[in-house]
Amino acid sequence: MLEPLIKIAVLLGGLMTAAAYFVLLERWIAAWVQDRLGPNRVGVPLTRIRLFGLGQPMADGGKFILKEEYTPAHVDKRLFLLAPISILAAALAVFAVIPFGSVLPASVYTLFGQDAATVALTEGPVPLVVAPGVDVGLLYVFALSSIAVYGVIVGGWASNNKYSFLGGLRSSAQLISYELPLGLAILSVVLASGSLNLDEIVHHQADSGVWFIFTQPLGFVVFVIAAFAEAARLPFDLPECEQELIGGYHTEYTGMKLLLFLVAEFLHMITAAFLIVLLFLGGWHIWGLAGPDEQVTWVGAVGRLIVLHLKVTGVIVFFMVVRWSWPRFRFDQLMALAWKVMLPLGMINLVAVAIFEELSLALQSQLGGWTLAISLLGSWLVCLAAWFGVAYATPMIGDNRVRKDIHTYEVDPQI
Amino acid sequence: MQATDPDIRWVEPPKLGLGERMYLPLFLQGLTTTTKHLVSAKVTVSYPDQEPEINNPLIYRGVHRLNRDEQGRVKCVACFLCATACPAHCIDILGVESPWEDREKYPESFTIDELRCIFCGMCEQACPVDAIELTSLYNLTGRSREEMIFDKEKLLSVYDATKDKEPMKSAQLPPVTTPSATTSTATSTSPTEGGA
Ligand code: SF4
Ligand code: SF4
Repeated sequence: MLEPLIKIAVLLGGLMTAAAYFVLLERWIAAWVQDRLGPNRVGVPLTRIRLFGLGQPMADGGKFILKEEYTPAHVDKRLFLLAPISILAAALAVFAVIPFGSVLPASVYTLFGQDAATVALTEGPVPLVVAPGVDVGLLYVFALSSIAVYGVIVGGWASNNKYSFLGGLRSSAQLISYELPLGLAILSVVLASGSLNLDEIVHHQADSGVWFIFTQPLGFVVFVIAAFAEAARLPFDLPECEQELIGGYHTEYTGMKLLLFLVAEFLHMITAAFLIVLLFLGGWHIWGLAGPDEQVTWVGAVGRLIVLHLKVTGVIVFFMVVRWSWPRFRFDQLMALAWKVMLPLGMINLVAVAIFEELSLALQSQLGGWTLAISLLGSWLVCLAAWFGVAYATPMIGDNRVRKDIHTYEVDPQI
Repeated sequence: MQATDPDIRWVEPPKLGLGERMYLPLFLQGLTTTTKHLVSAKVTVSYPDQEPEINNPLIYRGVHRLNRDEQGRVKCVACFLCATACPAHCIDILGVESPWEDREKYPESFTIDELRCIFCGMCEQACPVDAIELTSLYNLTGRSREEMIFDKEKLLSVYDATKDKEPMKSAQLPPVTTPSATTSTATSTSPTEGGA
């Protein structure tokens, strides 16, 4: 009973701290990309110690808590309150099935191996996930990430403000569209690993030593792009674009409620990064750290933990640099990308993965080690061909200007 | 306006090659640009900790100073050109007859309201004898409005404080040799800079 509680405490504390520090990192990267220094003043409170600005999250949090919690008169009070709560709750609940490490050894003495005297604290190794062995893990993640959309829509609706409402509408269209390619990319991973359990997906990659990014490059691309859209990060941040919608669905929110929204947004990004790492980048695996869970030593366990979190941080840094690299999509381009590019690519990837899985099963006995090489080569060829096909067909490029030949309406010159 | 209006200029979007339509080269281009900036040197100057570097003090427009001539007298000849040129009307000059022989007038009092000044540098450009100049002192502060009205002594003291670091701008220009300039300095016998 105690074990899950400890894990929940560690996870909640860790996530909140991580979200706070990722806000700082985001501001740093924003500043560095713009050749500025970024927040570097706030350190230990009431002293002159600056610590490169590492105290900034505390100051930000304090500011949010002390701000006036203003509820405009024209909002739907109940929904207005419900939206941030539901979005944050959904964003946090996702982490119940996401492994934030591999396992911890059962004994305190297993530093390098099993040979030392073992004092088992628990039966078997401790899996570092709040709800271990959930066999519908991926489905659960999916279900909860869809609930997050409701937070956005309800928030936009309850605000009773045109900008917020537009933000909510945009996010409902965007998130629902991008769930399809996301699902297709996940489906091919599930097909290849034969499990919906995130831990087993990682184990599948660790055991074979080949991450899914190598065997399913196309799926990786589709998944990453869809994950950007799901996390509503630039270049897909249409639900809340500051310039057009002055914040979109959270325009009317202040104080703690706004904080909940912002934390939830960062949690979505962390979730997306975790999923990218777990599904495609091998999770905690790095060559040399594989092996069954029962034989994990403390060194190995900590090593896996560090590898996983380094990968996740790397993906998040990529998210943040991308924010400053590309302009936002127009909404029709966003939809065209989802339906005309991502969806077909996802399907091609799924079919290709299915074919290669089937082929390698059939040919394993005859070709032996060559099967892997052939399926790797084949999947990269498929990726290249599909990419070229998309570039050649250019479904994204359309002339959306007024058609001169059929244009009939006249604008009143008085206007 | 109709779409068929001849005044409308229809601009064709640039044709994209296959490489651009692949999106990957553009993707990498964007990423390289941001990554380069991510690690490049930063331009921020952490001001109170770190003094900004003024690249060219000759064209910097900071606090004014009133230059002195070789004998330490105020250079100004109270011609009022600066006060006339000043768009903010912040220069106030009281010109009186000069005790020296080389000029007719000199300013008995010369005040600049630094709070009204917009640091446009017109006064510096208008002055025929390069008596008024804008220095590169940028951190001009004061505790009261009165303190920010600079009188002649203060303006001359700004010159004394900055003359070593920033020589008179005319000294850095090619020298203009006119016969009157040489005779005037030679014949002047009056005491230097007669106080307030
Ligand atoms: S800098 Fe411009 S505003 Fe200031 S005193 Fe000179 S002319 Fe007037
Ligand atoms: S400072 Fe120059 S322009 Fe102004 S009154 Fe004196 S001589 Fe004339």
